[in-house]
Amino acid sequence: MSVLRGHLLGLEPLSPTQILALLDLAEEAAAGRLDPRSLEGRVVANVFYEPSTRTRTSFELAARRLGARVVNFDPERSSVQKGESLIDTALTLEAMGTDAIVLRHPCSGAGQLVARHVRCSVVNAGDGMHEHPTQGLLDLLTVRQAFGRIAGLRVVVVGDVLHSRVARSAAWGFSKLGAEVVLCGPPTLVPRQLEQAGVRVCHRLEEALEGADVVMALRVQVERQAAGFLPSAGEYHRLYAVTPERLRLAKPGALFMHPGPMNLGVEVTPEVAYGARSLVLRQVANGVAVRMAVLYDLLAQQRAAAEVRPVERTELALAGRV
Amino acid sequence: MAGGAPGFPAAPPGADRAARLVLKNARVVDPASGLDAVADVVVAEDRVRAILPRGGSGPSDLGPAEIIDLSGLVVAPGLVDVHVHLRQPGQTHKEDIQSGTRAAARGGVTTVVCMANTTPPVDDPTVVAAIREWSRSASVRVYPVGAITKGLEGRELSPIGSLVAAGVVALSDDGRWVQDAGLLRRAMVYARNFGLPVLQHCEDPSLSAGGVMHEGEVSARLGLRGSPRSAEEAALARDLVLAEETGCHLHVQHVSTAGSVRLIRQAKERGVPVTAEVTPHHLVLTHEAVEGYDPNFKMNPPLREADDVEALLEGLQDGTIDCVATDHAPHAPWEKMVEFDRAPFGVVGLETLLAVVLTRLVHQRGWSLRDALARVTCVPARILGLDAGRLYEGGPADLVVLDPEAEWVVRPEEFASKSRNTPFAGWTLRGKVLGTLVAGRWVHADEALLRRRLAEVPS
Repeated sequence: MSVLRGHLLGLEPLSPTQILALLDLAEEAAAGRLDPRSLEGRVVANVFYEPSTRTRTSFELAARRLGARVVNFDPERSSVQKGESLIDTALTLEAMGTDAIVLRHPCSGAGQLVARHVRCSVVNAGDGMHEHPTQGLLDLLTVRQAFGRIAGLRVVVVGDVLHSRVARSAAWGFSKLGAEVVLCGPPTLVPRQLEQAGVRVCHRLEEALEGADVVMALRVQVERQAAGFLPSAGEYHRLYAVTPERLRLAKPGALFMHPGPMNLGVEVTPEVAYGARSLVLRQVANGVAVRMAVLYDLLAQQRAAAEVRPVERTELALAGRV
Repeated sequence: MAGGAPGFPAAPPGADRAARLVLKNARVVDPASGLDAVADVVVAEDRVRAILPRGGSGPSDLGPAEIIDLSGLVVAPGLVDVHVHLRQPGQTHKEDIQSGTRAAARGGVTTVVCMANTTPPVDDPTVVAAIREWSRSASVRVYPVGAITKGLEGRELSPIGSLVAAGVVALSDDGRWVQDAGLLRRAMVYARNFGLPVLQHCEDPSLSAGGVMHEGEVSARLGLRGSPRSAEEAALARDLVLAEETGCHLHVQHVSTAGSVRLIRQAKERGVPVTAEVTPHHLVLTHEAVEGYDPNFKMNPPLREADDVEALLEGLQDGTIDCVATDHAPHAPWEKMVEFDRAPFGVVGLETLLAVVLTRLVHQRGWSLRDALARVTCVPARILGLDAGRLYEGGPADLVVLDPEAEWVVRPEEFASKSRNTPFAGWTLRGKVLGTLVAGRWVHADEALLRRRLAEVPS
């Protein structure tokens, strides 16, 4: 039976059991134990309204490894330029026989909007400042592989939390699985109100790092400075960059993560980014496995369920006649 | 206060019309006079001819009468909504004066005050004249508001004196706060000379900064840009200072925060000439409604938190907030069926106003029917100096017949409005409009009401 109910829009609505089941499935995928023909005949559409080489490539590889066909829909060169709405684009793709829409969009909640209007599966590949659930899952998988568990760990996420979908998915994912999540960064970029949602907020990195098992730095975007959230990239680096000295404030054996692409010299120094304690490339590798797990769960396991249904109906009808 | 404009008598073609109409055995509630008793209301031509206590007999010299037995139902003055967007001219795919006033009639609203942010805006007497002309065939009375500044751009004063002469009842750049304090101050000094209130949408855009919902725990979780309470309160505080200094009547539109209620309360205690309105949706909903990213919960000001809702209800009860107004803001379905960030602000409200007010204030909070109706009839009328919202012998026959106990389900597809953007779709509300009379003519009549027609008897 499938874990997800039709779509993957975020980690916040998922239960710990669902998340663990997806992680287990991702392990299967990583170990090459999923049938490479399980999505044969299925069509996955990558619909990316924001440029993203990493995530799109990762989804494409994942879909192909399971035998699916992949369509890359490019809004820049399509009917979207003629004013087609997101819903229309989604309905059109569905009418063409798409089984799953992998959606990257600059607006928070874009996945929810599409999911309300289509019957095919929607996989959120990053919506505005809301969630990036497959990134969250690959972060969880990476940490679980490194530590053998997630419960009881302290995970510090440092950076522009306000604008970060990666931070939100990490926050929900790690806290649901029993880790303590500390969100850190300048007060203009870390909303205090997230404490009401059950995570810790701390504005001094040195303090946040105490007892940390995992330190995840987020990409800091230069435009935040122009928008008045930050005085300068230099000041950000001085206060919030993850450096070897700062990493020593964390637990011995603490590991470093970053969703990429990294701004070396801004949120992290090269010694940390490429050092022995960095999980950055492990994260990328796990991305494919996690996305295979999600597509497999949505398309292969659900198809099996769908194929059962008409049979059940027939049996009921027969039973009724008897 | 504003005098001048006479309102625009409604004459819908083919409207059911009797020379004389007797509404029998109704519970007649007139908040202005305090009347709440079973009586017969006799309507002759466009006026209320008599209100006869049970058992009394009426004037019989007026020809045939249509008699309707309203036992168990309430007759009240038609509602007055001082914050409506009719979208004509310029945005008639969202609404026009015909559809918007039909929606009003369906909601028991017999007088609407329409905002100036049309295309072109109401910053020129010819636009006022056009709206008055179009309103001659409207279902209910329409009073236009004039822009404070030309093009609602906040740079130069609009020709206020000419707008008044053309018939506007108030001034507002609604949708936009007049940012330039010096300009607003001059507008207030000028408006005061004409006895016109200035209606302000209080929002400092440097604080709301592109926010699409209330800044709080929900916006932080949903990853939507938040507009803090201070965006409204800082703007309001400045405007209160200017109202106090100039003596101009400031009417604060759609108050949404506990802090705003406090500021207005303090200002009223000092004698500042300020009045305020709250929308039905801000009395009922909180920012948690945005959870599913449904743009039908996107409005400006945004839905706030439970403490704010409580403060608004208390403020309404103690008179800090004077009235309820809808901010009826129609948007076409295709405009709202987009990403939350990209959807326009606003919800429709005319067809649910009375039911939300009764459900919330009377049935949930224990208000008397009279007190609740006051906030949507005589009080808003008084704020803008309109001869409306009262039921008295010799007064205009603008009436609503309602069943305060009847439950009904909000079905947007049944709206008379061209738009469907209600936050109350599927809600069961208690309190139903059964009929609406404007200038003695039925502009809305439910089947349940027609079944109560007793006879058409000659005198």
